[in-house]
Parts: sequence; C-alpha cells; structure tokens
Amino acid sequence: MSIKLEHVTYTYSPGTAYEMHALKDVSLEIPDGQFLGIIGHTGSGKSTLIQHLNGLIRPTQGRVLFDGQDVWAEGYDLKSLRSNVGLVFQYPEHQLFETDVLTDVCFGPKNQGCTPEQCEERAREALRHVGFPEELYHKSPFELSGGQKRRVAIAGVLAMNPRVLVLDEPTAGLDPKGRDEILDQLKELHGTRGITVVLVSHSMEDIAKYVERIIVMNGGQKAFDAAPKEVFSHYKELEAMGLAAPQITYIMHALKEHGMDVDTSATTVEEAKQSILAALAERREKQC
Amino acid sequence: MLRDITIGQYYPAKSVMHRLDPRVKFVGTLAYIVSLFIFNSWIGYVISALFLAVMVKLSKVPLKFIVKGLKAIVVLLLISMFFNAIFTPGHVVFKVWIIQVTEEGLILAAKIGIRLILLIIGASLMTLTTTPNQLTDGLERLMKPLNKIHVPVHEIAMLMSIALRFIPILMEETDKIMKAQIARGADFESGNLIHKVKSMIPLLVPLFISAFRRANDLAMAMEARCYHGGDGRTQMKPLVYKKRDMAAYAVLVVYLAAAVAMRMIGI
Ligand SMILES: Nc1ncnc2c1ncn2[C@@H]1O[C@H](COP(=O)(O)OP(=O)(O)OP(=O)(O)O)[C@@H](O)[C@H]1O
Ligand SMILES: [Mg+2]
Repeated sequence: MSIKLEHVTYTYSPGTAYEMHALKDVSLEIPDGQFLGIIGHTGSGKSTLIQHLNGLIRPTQGRVLFDGQDVWAEGYDLKSLRSNVGLVFQYPEHQLFETDVLTDVCFGPKNQGCTPEQCEERAREALRHVGFPEELYHKSPFELSGGQKRRVAIAGVLAMNPRVLVLDEPTAGLDPKGRDEILDQLKELHGTRGITVVLVSHSMEDIAKYVERIIVMNGGQKAFDAAPKEVFSHYKELEAMGLAAPQITYIMHALKEHGMDVDTSATTVEEAKQSILAALAERREKQC
Repeated sequence: MLRDITIGQYYPAKSVMHRLDPRVKFVGTLAYIVSLFIFNSWIGYVISALFLAVMVKLSKVPLKFIVKGLKAIVVLLLISMFFNAIFTPGHVVFKVWIIQVTEEGLILAAKIGIRLILLIIGASLMTLTTTPNQLTDGLERLMKPLNKIHVPVHEIAMLMSIALRFIPILMEETDKIMKAQIARGADFESGNLIHKVKSMIPLLVPLFISAFRRANDLAMAMEARCYHGGDGRTQMKPLVYKKRDMAAYAVLVVYLAAAVAMRMIGI
C-alpha cells in the first residue's frame, strides 16, 4: 500500500511557445503512514508533483503506481484512487460553493455514494477534526474568515476518509496561531487515524517539527530526499536553492564554531535547548 | 484541453511582423480580407495565398502552430462548403436521393473553402503577432476620430483589453477549480444532460465568485491609481509610425491595387 512515481516527467503545453518542463525525471515512493514534507522554492514543481499523486494530471513520461498498479493503465478506476488520496489544493477556500458549511463538506462523501446520514456524520467528524466551531455549521461559507474557510475546505477533503491526505501549502496566508493549530491537528490525525500525510510548503520552519521525511524540489527535480536532520545539514546548498534551514540550525552551527560542543542536527527549539544545556553542564564540570 | 485553442493567442517571437505598428497590422488584415473578396479567379487566389505565405514566413510563427488553430473551424468550414456544393443550381455532376451536386456548386465550395482558410489564417496572424495590449492601443488610436461624435473610444478600448486579459486568467481558474472538485469526487463527464448541467454548479459558483472578486480588486486598484477614463490620459509608449510601417503600408497599397486591377480586367 503505497504511492510510487517512476521517472515522472511533466511538460505544460508541450509543442508550443509556452512549453514548460515542470517536472524532470522524478522518482519517489511514499510508504503507508508516513508524514512527508515536500519543500521547494516558488515554481519548483511542488503543485505539479502532487497532482500526480491522485491522477489529476497524466505524466508526460513515466508511471504512477498506487498499491503497485499503474493508475494510467486501461480501465483503472481513477475515482477510487481519488477517494483514497485526498488532495487539498493551494488556497482551497476558492472551491467552496454550497449554501452552508455542512452541505459543502458533504459534497465529497455524497460523490462517493454515501447516504445523507452517513454524509452528515462524516462531515461533522471532519469538521471536528479541523477544529471548526459547531455554531458556524449552518453559516454560508462565504461569510467566514479566511482561516475558517481554509478549515472548511480541508474538512471537505477529510470527510472523504482518504488513506492519504495531500495538502498544498495549507497554512499559506494564515497567522502563526492558525498555522500551528492546523498543523497540530494534522499531526493528531496522522496519529489517530494512521493516515499518510503529505505536506507541501516552502517554509522549513513550518514543517521541521512535524515531518519524518523531507523531499526538496528544485527546478522540477528532486534535490534531496531524507530525514529532516540530514536535509538541514545541507543548509548551504538549500540557501543556493532559495530556501533556508530552520533558524535553530544556524544558531547551532554558530555555537559549534565558537567551540561549544552542541548537536548541530537539532531542528526544534526543544532539542536545541537540551543540547545547549548539556553542553553547558559539561563545560562547567570540566572547569571544576 | 482549453489551452489547445490557438485562435486569438499571442505567439512571442522576434520578427518584423511582431515589431510592426498594431495599426498597420489591423488595417493590413482588413485590407487582406477585402482583397480575398475582390479576387475572383484562381490566379488571384494563388497571389493572395503567396502573399500570406510571405507574411507567415516573415512572422516566424511556426506553420504547425497556425494550422493547429485551424482545427477549431474545420467543422464550420465543411458545413459551409457542403451547403454551397448542394444548393448552387447548375450542371448536375451526381445526385444522391434529393441531394444534387453541381459543377458550379463544387467550384463555389472550393472557392469558399480557400477564402475562409486564408481569411482565418490572415486574421490569426494579426493576433499571433500582436499582444492584446498593443491591439487595443492600435484600435483606440484608429478609432480616435469617432470621439468627435461622442463615441467613448477609450472606454471601449479599455473594456476590450480587460476582457482579453481576463480570458487566460479565467481559463486557468476554471482549470484549477475543476481539478479541485474532481479531487472531491465531482464528475463533469458522465450522465445525461440534466445531470451534466447540475454537475456544473460546483464549478460555476466558485468561478463567478472569483470573477467578481477579481473584477472588484481590479476596479479598486484602478481607482487607487486615480484612473478616471480617457480624458487627458497620456500613454507610456505612444504609438509612432516608423519607416518600416510606411513601407508596409506601401506594400499593402500595391497589393490592393493589383487586386482591383486584376478584377477590372477580368483575370
Ligand atoms: N497550468 C500551467 N500551465 C503552464 N505552466 C504551468 C502551469 N502550472 C504551473 N506551471 C509552471 O510549472 C512550473 C511549476 O509550477 P508549480 O505550480 O508546480 O510550482 P510550485 O512549486 O507549486 O510553486 P509555488 O510554491 O509558487 O506554489 C512553474 O514554472 C509554472 O510556471
Ligand atoms: Mg504550488
């Protein structure tokens, strides 16, 4: 049970003056239950890449496999793929259309053929998962704030009970609190429902805390594919790609240069704190 | 899918045709269309086809790209040729049931076909080599005399350029929303007509909302920059005729004169 891309190349408007190679020979595998981050500069092909994951666009070259089956083979049920792999687009609030929040979230389950009761049950569960206040369930989605709309849109995909949830910059344009709330809720979903989560972002800081693996995209190609610590250790190369490692990485490297024996692979404030305290304690011991 | 329509699209390249003043290209296109109806002999069509071929060559737009744009009108072309072939009275060539094809009809159909193809290529050559902005600029300047009789020329031109600018934006938006709804299990293809119309709601509602939002934003942005219509407005890059534009006009005059002359002496 996994998604696999084999040598995927994607070209927009092939054969015209506007030809654009958005992906070049990308291969990757997303095993079940992983919390994966995809990072890259603007225009590096992140959005193009994730649209391959649920068969929205067909690779110009290469194959996309879901559970070992080629999704573009004759007779493959793309609809079932799309209910297994839920995709939340960049600025998903632009896709809301119903008269009230609950009905809008029901749209996905309804398309899957659920009964109205099941739809509503799933919708309520999904809205709870994203922390959407119950008293607003019957409001028009167009009267909500940006962050609330975002939650409704994410719930709309979540209500389809996907096994894999792919989110394209779910926190873009949100305030820090809203951002942390959404990411924390995703983390919790990942833990409780055991779903695979793919998180697209261009901020390392955002995802360093959550993901277990990072894929760095650069100019349509995979630049790195490793655990966060490993990826951040290449912070100089990341900078050349217009990205940055978390601030902690810089601080730890600076401390190390000044002769303090700290762990430069720390990525979160908490880890850094532990490491710095340990180093300080050691130094004190030596002095005594 | 939507992107395959090339009629009216701009093809970026560096060529004489691209550099010509939009007014020249607009007048030229009109003159060319007129010439297609002045010419009434095979030799005339050969001349106009050659003329167009030279223009295409000068424009550096690949022929493949132009031909692709023709695909959209194939049906229209075939229908008009078909009706011309069967409804023209004259010497009957063959007859199927009550449909009779005449010799005159076939010739007329061929002529109509040639004219239409040349006309479409000629007109699309203008849009292929002129950005929408240049085109509306050119039109505004050409129509300026109409200002005297209180035609709001500038406003019309502004409307046109905004509309042209919005086409690709809305197409992109449609594409995005469609994908987002397909990801939520929407089905835009199967089902009967009523089902299909209904399935458009999740696409149309967000599309309209986004169009209104964009229109609103644009209006606000224009107002914030003190836009107040055409009165006293100057241009950053005013259109000025260069030598090459005069040369192009000269070529046009010669070409049209030749067409008229040939028609008069009957070849
Ligand atoms: N519909 C399209 N038609 C043509 N080119 C496109 C289209 N969508 C994207 N591109 C091009 O493909 C490249 C990759 O785009 P993509 O949207 O995948 O980038 P991204 O990594 O998601 O960027 P961002 O961080 O800004 O969302 C870009 O250079 C873009 O210009
Ligand atoms: Mg993107």
